[in-house]
Amino acid sequence: MSQTRKITYREALKEAIREALTENDKVFLMGEDVGRYGGAFAVSKGLLEEFSEERIMDVPLSESGFVGAGIGAAMAGLKPIVEVMTVNFGLLAMDQVVNNAATMLHMSGGQINVPVVIRMSCGIGKQLAAQHSHSWEPYYAHVPGLRVISIGTHEDARGVLQAALQSPDPVVIFEYTSMLNMEGELPEETIKVDIESAKIRREGTDISIITYGAAVNKCMEAAEELKVEGIEAEVLDLRVLRPLDEAAFLASVSRTHRALIVEDAWRSVSVSSEVSARITEKAFYELDVPVKRVCGAEVPIPYPLHLEDASVPQKKDIVEVVKKMIRP
Amino acid sequence: MKMQSKNTERGQQLLYQILLIRRFEEKAAEEYTKTKIRGFLHLYIGEEAVATGVIQALKDEDNILATYREHGHALVRGMDPGVIMAEMYGKQEGCSKGRGGSMHLFDKSKNFFGGNAIVGAHLPMAVGMALAAKKLKQKKITCCFFGEGAAAEGEFHEAMNLASLWQVPVLFVCENNLYAMGTALRYTHAMQELAKKGPSYKMASSTVDGMDLEAVMEASEKAVKKIRTTGKPYLLVCNTYRFRAHSMFDAELYRDKKEVDEWKKKDPIPRFRDSLLKQKLITQKKVDALEERVEEDVKKAIEFAETGTFEPVENLTKYVYSENQYQ
Amino acid sequence: MKEFLMPSLGADMEDGTLVEWRKKPGDPVTRGDIIAEVDTQKGLIEIEVFEDGYVDKLLVDPGEKVPVGTAMALIRTGDSETGQEKEQGLEFPVSEKEKVVLQPTEEHFDEKPLPQKFPGKRIKASPLARRIAEENKIDLSKITGTGENGAIIKDDVNKAIEQRTAPETEEKISETLPEKEPEKIADSGKSIRMAVAAAMSKSNREIPHYYLSKKIDMSKSLYWIKESNKERSVQERLLPAALLIKAVAKSLDEVPQLNAVWENALQIKNEINVGFVVSLRSGGIMVPSINNADLKSVSQIMDSLNDLIPRARAMKLRSSELNSSTITLTSLGEGGADTLLGVIYPPQVAVIGFGGIIEEAWAENGMLGIRPVINASLSGDHRATDGLTGNRFLTILNKNLQNPEDL
Repeated sequence: MSQTRKITYREALKEAIREALTENDKVFLMGEDVGRYGGAFAVSKGLLEEFSEERIMDVPLSESGFVGAGIGAAMAGLKPIVEVMTVNFGLLAMDQVVNNAATMLHMSGGQINVPVVIRMSCGIGKQLAAQHSHSWEPYYAHVPGLRVISIGTHEDARGVLQAALQSPDPVVIFEYTSMLNMEGELPEETIKVDIESAKIRREGTDISIITYGAAVNKCMEAAEELKVEGIEAEVLDLRVLRPLDEAAFLASVSRTHRALIVEDAWRSVSVSSEVSARITEKAFYELDVPVKRVCGAEVPIPYPLHLEDASVPQKKDIVEVVKKMIRP
Repeated sequence: MKMQSKNTERGQQLLYQILLIRRFEEKAAEEYTKTKIRGFLHLYIGEEAVATGVIQALKDEDNILATYREHGHALVRGMDPGVIMAEMYGKQEGCSKGRGGSMHLFDKSKNFFGGNAIVGAHLPMAVGMALAAKKLKQKKITCCFFGEGAAAEGEFHEAMNLASLWQVPVLFVCENNLYAMGTALRYTHAMQELAKKGPSYKMASSTVDGMDLEAVMEASEKAVKKIRTTGKPYLLVCNTYRFRAHSMFDAELYRDKKEVDEWKKKDPIPRFRDSLLKQKLITQKKVDALEERVEEDVKKAIEFAETGTFEPVENLTKYVYSENQYQ
Repeated sequence: MKEFLMPSLGADMEDGTLVEWRKKPGDPVTRGDIIAEVDTQKGLIEIEVFEDGYVDKLLVDPGEKVPVGTAMALIRTGDSETGQEKEQGLEFPVSEKEKVVLQPTEEHFDEKPLPQKFPGKRIKASPLARRIAEENKIDLSKITGTGENGAIIKDDVNKAIEQRTAPETEEKISETLPEKEPEKIADSGKSIRMAVAAAMSKSNREIPHYYLSKKIDMSKSLYWIKESNKERSVQERLLPAALLIKAVAKSLDEVPQLNAVWENALQIKNEINVGFVVSLRSGGIMVPSINNADLKSVSQIMDSLNDLIPRARAMKLRSSELNSSTITLTSLGEGGADTLLGVIYPPQVAVIGFGGIIEEAWAENGMLGIRPVINASLSGDHRATDGLTGNRFLTILNKNLQNPEDL
């Protein structure tokens, strides 16, 4: 058995950034309050002191501007890690991401790469209300040319950045603020993760729970509860939301013959709707019950806790739907 | 100085308002640490003279749009402290039925349009509201508060240009508290004399000491008069300072304690109080009585919020679409 | 006295480490004073006090990490110096969640059934079930669905296939019944106990019992169960109890005298309805009946068990399910006594008892081996039958359990 160590999701992210900055002097971190403030969520706290203002760049509140600049810097030979404080502000830079980063390679007939890495914190919760509580991964997952990663585990928090920096194409990474304080186990040795495949976080034979991001943890907990009832649920973390690792979830469904897709985002036109469609298209004859989804309620996220909780899937919602699917 | 033109009663009312903001927010901070209030809580403490001075220069029919640091603006606009506190408690008796919380205070009856939490995103809306007033031949102006951080957003530039191009009655009030969250003005703006941005859009502008209520009053009255007579927009930069952290959970690694202490010496509240005392527009006894009244009103606000109720969860998807679709 | 608590400065703040006290016991404090410095994930934060008064006692030492809401110091407020005021309760709501229990259980999504265009014509079956049915030439119109809204699912088709051929390969047997929590236990535990007592007393008083028992090698039966469970889902998996019931029912076919009641004379029953003893958690027993058990497949009996046992435990059985049995079977399950000699439930004339399945040294054809063995017993009413009948029954039962594929 290899040695493991305890680490928070936040520390895992920071270690990855530190490692990238140490290993490659073309890498720099740029974003709002990443330096002097210590990072809006303290992910980059201490890095300014460790490196320099050249490598840890505070930027004005000009999302379109600095994300665009990150894209330009990547086109011109640097390896920028652009941090957008939250996905909420990320929309101000959406044009740059969608119309520049995602299209450049294609428009130029394959000449120009945009190896930029854009990190955004995201997620619903903490009573931040309608403008600061979002799960907007589906917006980005819609766009060809982007590689969209959702970090739902400590392993990925530590490993994804390294893989993203190897990519010749633009990578958008979603990190979840609700998980920052969460402790997890990581092996002592360096972790290698890829940003191409989904990953089974828990094996099971009776149903495939397909999910990503902050919902991974909820699904794992739900699976443990279901085990007590004699139901073995497989939990598949999509991890890569674009391009989707369709082989992974089709294989899982072909084993279990039942699929439940869980995501915090709004139900309509979401990642789950895409996954559901592909299962129906490509694994129809493996299905023994209709594909089900547990998704966010279609409402801007309300401020009070009880309404916020009701807006996003909870463990018990997942447990209940699974039970109904298996024992109607 | 400028208060001479105002009567005693007016001075006392303003002192009440500025004190109310301070005490209300101090209490809010306390309730936050007890988890009665959640989400983000951005306090205005130190900056009260800006909202108090600007809003008193407006008429009731004028529109106001503010940022996520808007408790003061809502109070000066005349919204009930209890209803605001209930909103921060997430109770359905709150001004936004508890749906918005601290960052999203709204009251249409008072022409108070938030409570906007995406930095700079409300500036174009302000231009649109002013455009509507112009097209509808209404006399009202639209007042839009924002921080100097927002002035670095593309939307600031777009809104300024549109307002001036279309010649619509907007009062842009830049509350320059020197820090965009934790990043200082010098790291976010190449041109730090923010009022100079006005003329580049052919827009009138001026700068005022935002820690001096009377100066803010005078500057805003002048600006508002100009907008009403010309119908054109105006940029008013108020230099101010927040005494407290950006939000509750902020270790303030980015600024020096000495700097905060220096600014605290310019606290707008004692400054205004002493000015009133000096001008004999108020007595110390009256000041004490006002303090007591404020304390009582804050207490009532808390009681109102405490006794409020949570909306039933069945209502979750209310207010997503209008109930009267075809009216 | 007021408690000074580790404040919550953000929803993402869970705890803080006290770095320094800025006040010491006896110091006066006024609202807004900095009382301590606390280290958080975001760095050092000065913590203010919201009370006027005097520091009475410091409860946390520098260096200590405490969760939000922990009392860190005691503050003597205003009139507290007189020691008159009441001890204030902890006002800190540890979690709003605990107060507001409003979580809806359903998804917030309308799932209205789709209008059926050609009612009655289309067979509702899952794509997988259709595929398997087609591959195995099974007529879906002859199958009753057990899925959502009566849809035919994989298990239903497999059951139909199994009725033609026995499937192969192996899978683990789940040894416990998928048992659901009783929904509500009525306050009738006592009356059930009394009813059991009355029936058993009557039995012992009136029925002259005779007892026979036989050890039965269960290896073939267990192997057959293991094999049949191959394609079964969790809730469809077979347990030995189902096979035992079927074997008893089938044996009674050949020994009808035991499937009878004694009411002044022996009355042989046409239907073979096997009563199955279910122990209640609240004490006492319930004996729901599996009617026409001889005509049911082992799977169907398993389904009946899955249906009846939880309902029996929840005391939600219909009276028809309780009154119709013509013979009783009682089984101890694993890990208990080896042999069970039952008391006949009047007016029935026999009770079949099964001990636990245990591994035993087993001699056969001069060879010694280890076999899973069950001890089957018969308690018979001597007024109705003799030991010879009982003996025949146990012999046939043994034969049936050696040929599980024929059950």
